[in-house]
Amino acid sequence: MKILATYNIKGGVGKTATAVNLGFLAARDGYRVLLWDLDPQGAASFLFRIKPRVKGGGQALIHGKRPVDVAIKGTDFENLDLLPADFTYRNLDLMLDEAKRPDRRLASLLAPLKRDYDLVILDCPPSISLLSESVLHAADLLLVPLIPTTLSVRTLDQLTEFVAGFNGHRPKVLAFFSMIDRRKRLHTQIAQDLPAQRPDFATAAIPALSVIEQMSVHRAPVTVFSPRSLASKQYASLWQEARERLKLPQPS
Amino acid sequence: MRSGSSEFLLDCDPGATPDVASAVSNGSGCTFSLSGDATVRRVRRTWLDTFDWRLYRAGLALEQVTASGRTELVLTGRDGERLAVAQAGSANGSGQQARWPALLGILPPGPLRELLEPVVGVRALAPVAKATSQVRQQRVLNPDAKTVAWLAIDQMSVSYPARAHAAPRLAVSAVRGYQAQAGRLGSVLATMPGVRLAAGIALDAALAAAGTEPAPRTGDIQLTAGMPSAAAMAVILTALLDAIEANVHGTVRDIDTEFLHDLRVAVRRTRSALKLAGGALPGDLAARYRPEFKWLGDLTTPTRDLDVYLLGFDQMTSGLVAATGQDLTPFRQYLERTRTTAHRELARGLRSARFARLTSQWRAELASVRASGKRLAVAKFAAERIAVAQGHALRAGRRITAASPPSDLHDLRKRCKELRYLLEMFGSLYDAGQRWQAVRELKALQDCLGAFQDAEVQRSEIHAFADRMLAERSAPAATLLAMGEIAADLARRQRQARIEVDGRFAAFAGQAGQSRLTALTEAGP
Ligand SMILES: Nc1ncnc2c1ncn2[C@@H]1O[C@H](COP(=O)(O)OP(=O)(O)O)[C@@H](O)[C@H]1O
Ligand SMILES: [Mg+2]
Repeated sequence: MKILATYNIKGGVGKTATAVNLGFLAARDGYRVLLWDLDPQGAASFLFRIKPRVKGGGQALIHGKRPVDVAIKGTDFENLDLLPADFTYRNLDLMLDEAKRPDRRLASLLAPLKRDYDLVILDCPPSISLLSESVLHAADLLLVPLIPTTLSVRTLDQLTEFVAGFNGHRPKVLAFFSMIDRRKRLHTQIAQDLPAQRPDFATAAIPALSVIEQMSVHRAPVTVFSPRSLASKQYASLWQEARERLKLPQPS
Repeated sequence: MRSGSSEFLLDCDPGATPDVASAVSNGSGCTFSLSGDATVRRVRRTWLDTFDWRLYRAGLALEQVTASGRTELVLTGRDGERLAVAQAGSANGSGQQARWPALLGILPPGPLRELLEPVVGVRALAPVAKATSQVRQQRVLNPDAKTVAWLAIDQMSVSYPARAHAAPRLAVSAVRGYQAQAGRLGSVLATMPGVRLAAGIALDAALAAAGTEPAPRTGDIQLTAGMPSAAAMAVILTALLDAIEANVHGTVRDIDTEFLHDLRVAVRRTRSALKLAGGALPGDLAARYRPEFKWLGDLTTPTRDLDVYLLGFDQMTSGLVAATGQDLTPFRQYLERTRTTAHRELARGLRSARFARLTSQWRAELASVRASGKRLAVAKFAAERIAVAQGHALRAGRRITAASPPSDLHDLRKRCKELRYLLEMFGSLYDAGQRWQAVRELKALQDCLGAFQDAEVQRSEIHAFADRMLAERSAPAATLLAMGEIAADLARRQRQARIEVDGRFAAFAGQAGQSRLTALTEAGP
């Protein structure tokens, strides 16, 4: 079982959009996928028409009172399950603080699911917190959406440096440009140059496209309702690159 | 993702066309709807089990499912829960579909085969029912248009064991995490007129439609104490004849080794019954048929002996220390060749006029016995026969000393077998729990004597095989040496069993055991 997290301390950069589309594409490839919507806002749960509610709240999960797998819901797509958001996730940091080894908590919660899933995708809320630390320790790959600005590249460097300081397990980092606005010269410039220069950048990038915004109307991933769109093609290439970095074996 | 563990199965009346759509949307306080797009699949299904329904009796069902060009073997519990699935190709990966009946060895190694092995053992799997299903499937949506369950309507036409249309069946399978909703929906559907919770899985429905039932109880007889002994013997012997005939087809076709084994058990019991209790039958009936059943028994012996060898071959070779299993390959091949010849001979015998005459005339004779017969009540008769056999066994055992030849132990074994068989034959006259208590020591003694004799027989056979293989020039020296090692191991096991016999006999002949035995037959009315 591999763990992938869509990660950025900023909101509104395309983490959830990426998580749901890659989740669907991976499941369609035959991998058994669990998407954990860690954001109390529940955007990913909403997109799969699943109520953002977990019995007993985040408390019961984090403290191990309820096994994670009873909270899991099946999506409408084969091989793709969801662990829904819950409004109590706002306090995940506090809950983690009370737990033993908070930075390893997420990894140990997911361990029992090893046999059930090939891939877990963590859709993270924005913010730096204990939760994000726990995510960084659990993940095999951090998929970082970046709006093409010079500033965002600097935050990537900070993240890479932070992760490099870990003992033992360190996630790989794969950044990609998200919401590239083709009308902005700076955007296209940066998005063109950087991936060629840096190995931690994906070749695939996701332009700003209105069809992606329409996901909240359809309540489904764009790769489902508009499979032939440019957006879907870009998500598919991004998934290929992520899959290679994860070294996922062929699905059984 | 659909989850098999949360299925709600419903039976409909025959020919019913339940209006599920309106039941789903108007059902008591329900807020579900059916998605507009339905898929219809044709599914070919074959249920497999052993001749003696081992899977069914173990609460399992094995189904070969072919849908949209793919064939799978699915093992479920009798509540429909999926336990294991495998592609139904042959083990050699040729992609060719398995031909039934077949032994488990044709399945690819994996969880399915592992689950089946302890239950199925050496038996072959054969179709017990075949059907084609027309499955119409629709999503059940909640107010958010989220799929919470799948609703399937299954129209099944059965083609085997008889042609029939089964009543439609509904299945509601919950999407993971929506079991409660699917359960509510299931209960709503169950209140529709002509619909009720399913009494069993599709196999039950298929067999019911075909007018048969799974795992029919055979060979169970119930004697009453006051029954005339002649009539009781006829009942017992007719049940044994049924068992013989039921196993002829599988033995001739060589489907698995258990057919012959069960056939032999029934023949042996018939012979014991004629010998030990044949006096209850009118005139010289027993005396006339004893030679015929001896012929039948002898006919089956060579093949069975070779089966025993071949079935135990891997275990036998696993004990080798100096030689390797490969050294024994020529031995195995020799055994297989010899078995082929023996089986051909056996099949010829079972297809002969002599065999046909034996079974049909015997059945007719037994039928006429039941009408008339001697008046001695069976309970008294049984007690008397058992007491005699008990005395014989004790005498045979007391004769044995450290210096006794193996033939004395064989004699004791035979006497024990006779006693045990009488207790079984008249078993339905006694309380089951009490009977089990009464035969405990006898059983332990028999096991030990069995181990002794099996080792003895196999040892002398292996010498005989070696001689013949030498004569045929089909035995390399390494093979003969390996066979020698096996013979040595058999001798060691035989000595071990011999040492244990004395203690086991003492336990059997002791006061407590003997009085339990006597009390059993005297307890009857
Ligand atoms: N490439 C894109 N083009 C256009 N809109 C996008 C794109 N990616 C995301 N969005 C939209 O932007 C909003 C925020 O995206 P989201 O994936 O939820 O970000 P995050 O999870 O990082 O907060 C959503 O309404 C989403 O539909
Ligand atoms: Mg988000």
